Amino acid sequence: MAEVLVSMRNITKDFSGVTVLKNVHFNIYKGKIMALVGENGAGKSTLMKILTGVYTKTSGEVYLDGSPVNFSNTKDSQNHGIAIIHQELNLVQHLSIAENIFLGREPVTKARNINWKKLYADSQKGLDILGLKENPRELIKNLSVGKQQLIEIAKALSLNAKILIMDEPTGALTVSETKRLFGVIKELKSKGHSIVYISHRLKEIFEICDDVTVLRDGAFIAEKSIQDTDEDKIIEMMVGRKLSEQYPRVPGNPGEIVLEVKGLTNQFVQEVSFYLREGEILGISGLMGAGRTELMRTIYGIYKMDKGEIFINGKKVAIHNSTDALNHGIAYVSEDRKANGIVLGLNVRENITLAALKSFSGKFGNIGMDKEEDSARSYMESMSIKASGTKQLLKYLSGGNQQKVSIAKNLNTRPRILILDEPTRGVDVGAKKEIYDLINKFKQGGMSIIMISSEIPEILGMSDRIMVMHEGRVMGTIFIKDATQETIMSLAVGKEVSKT
Amino acid sequence: MKFSLNKITLKEILSKNKPLIVLLILCLTMAMLNDRFWTWGNIVTVLRQTSINAVIATGMTFTILVGGIDLSVGSVLAICGAIAATLIASGMDAALVVLITLMLGLSIGLVNGLLISKGRLQPFIATLGTMTLLRGLTLVYTQGKPISTSSPSGSQSFSNIGTGYFLGIPIPVFIMLLVFIIAYYILKHLRMGRYIYALGSNEEATMYSGIKIDNVKFFVYGAAGLLAALGSIILTARLGSAQPTAGMGYELDAIAAVVLGGTSMSGGVGTIYGTAIGAMIIGLLNNALNLLQVPSYFQDVAKGIVILIAVLLDRKQKASR
Repeated sequence: MAEVLVSMRNITKDFSGVTVLKNVHFNIYKGKIMALVGENGAGKSTLMKILTGVYTKTSGEVYLDGSPVNFSNTKDSQNHGIAIIHQELNLVQHLSIAENIFLGREPVTKARNINWKKLYADSQKGLDILGLKENPRELIKNLSVGKQQLIEIAKALSLNAKILIMDEPTGALTVSETKRLFGVIKELKSKGHSIVYISHRLKEIFEICDDVTVLRDGAFIAEKSIQDTDEDKIIEMMVGRKLSEQYPRVPGNPGEIVLEVKGLTNQFVQEVSFYLREGEILGISGLMGAGRTELMRTIYGIYKMDKGEIFINGKKVAIHNSTDALNHGIAYVSEDRKANGIVLGLNVRENITLAALKSFSGKFGNIGMDKEEDSARSYMESMSIKASGTKQLLKYLSGGNQQKVSIAKNLNTRPRILILDEPTRGVDVGAKKEIYDLINKFKQGGMSIIMISSEIPEILGMSDRIMVMHEGRVMGTIFIKDATQETIMSLAVGKEVSKT
Repeated sequence: MKFSLNKITLKEILSKNKPLIVLLILCLTMAMLNDRFWTWGNIVTVLRQTSINAVIATGMTFTILVGGIDLSVGSVLAICGAIAATLIASGMDAALVVLITLMLGLSIGLVNGLLISKGRLQPFIATLGTMTLLRGLTLVYTQGKPISTSSPSGSQSFSNIGTGYFLGIPIPVFIMLLVFIIAYYILKHLRMGRYIYALGSNEEATMYSGIKIDNVKFFVYGAAGLLAALGSIILTARLGSAQPTAGMGYELDAIAAVVLGGTSMSGGVGTIYGTAIGAMIIGLLNNALNLLQVPSYFQDVAKGIVILIAVLLDRKQKASR
């Protein structure tokens, strides 16, 4: 066994009474790559935030090189050689590569001016190590996401990091960028750096990791050497139950085509055509930046379309804004509920009726408060929305309950076509199951549903058909009986597969 | 009204009435310091003096609730007053003059709305521009001289709007109350009111909910212009003339009243009730400083200090909640 560099023992973390981590163990070995896997909400990020000093643990011990440590902030952990590269990159878009790498630690001259010569020279060294050909004076915004990822690594290395934590580093990368990144990771490993690799992509884990730690629902499940396990075993440990139990599939009875899109083109998508039947769930899969959200927002009238036609029940319609979309029976539950799904400053009742307020008001636009209250109450009950009452402000609700309010708001418009964009993002495991049950209920009620999801198990568990997008184009549409993780993934990365 | 009373906690009553407490403290202090303060005549004077700012501040409340602002109200008041005075002096019927003046104010407000919604200008910038533009137009139009409303045919019904009484209470006070009630109803019971709060709290989510947010912006800036014109009618009627410099700095008094009433400058939070109290506080302060014979240069200093203290108190309370 390799030398243990970091050892986290019996880590427990409570957030105001809710235990999110319970007696978790985690090791990082010198010169090895440790994979950390688990479903969303399993506690991976929380564990890493404790290691890097963002959160303080409720109980447990952390040892670095055998001596106990307790980091109180990220600067503290950085000084001890631990750096984290977040899923959302933390680079300043309008500054140069060099300025970003040394942000907050710029070398200075005797007169306390920035020593630009040294700044660029040092940056160049950092870029050389990673084999990057970019000019350190280049602005970050001109780089691809993959390159930006590598700049983050250069930044971490310039901090003399011995331990690099990477959170879903390949989430937005193309295949060649991923290859490049793996090359860099292997290079770093050979130089004695230790890496924690957090990813949902098990294939990648088997490609580059040495060991794997599995978490589930905040508990430690196992630590295995990668040779002693396989993908199926890891999935079983992650899920802890059969896929069929988590996604209670209900039989569909798809009817007529209700929505048809032909040749839709704008700045985000190219020549997209698809159809949707009554009472079916069409899953939309693809990597970040594939244009899924943009496609749906175009259909919902948020973005303009340059070319293409939309038919509803066989009739061509023109949708210029969300008002038109709602009038045509299309509702859209946003992936980013805080930005555009719900209004945090309004209460539960006001949010639930916001999009359908016309149907609650009289001739002069006066709102029927009793009618409104009844509606809010019935949704709170049928969707088991947990709030102190209909007058509680949305900002005091949990993510899962906010999401249910966002869905309720859209249901109140009585849509025939419901677009759900990442319906379970940032929602805890229990509430996820409730949302799946609701979606299935809508489907059985004859509603037509489009569900965008980045979680392939979710797509596989819920959809009747799956449309996969890559860089603004539809790569293929597969019926659920033919769909596997592999077929979806290879379409998502833009690989042609034999037509099924 | 079965739905309101049962769930209100003591904390809510206190927090909602913080501005009222400030107002009461001011009243009590004045009553102790000056025996002329607590007379019917003085109270009526305070209310009448407050009415113009209160009417303008109501429009300002709408714009601030959607996260915007209207700096042009003082200039709107000036140009509307000049036009109204000219028309009255020409012998036009008072009712028609009032209608024309209100329409002028509304139109200017809608232009602001157009610049902000379709022109995508920041409300501060757009209304700063119209503020300067309209002030200039007023000076050009009036040649820098006051315009008298006196006409050969007499204009008693017009000047009554500013100087008349009904049941012993000045007409402007009735106008103010009417404006408060209508604004309260709009914000509390009409769909437009709900959209105003939604827009101020989250513009994007409101747009995604199928609401035409441009219409809401037209409404609030239109209302602000209309109410500024109403203020100009009261002022011109009371003075019997329109001054080219009328309304200078009124936008700041209006903003102060709105903020004193607990409305958030970032939008989404606030009430007409609060603005009413805020306007009273400012009116009372002006009156108190006069009664106490504070030299006029010091009056602004004192006013500024009181406003800052009141807003800081409110801020602290919000932070600790």
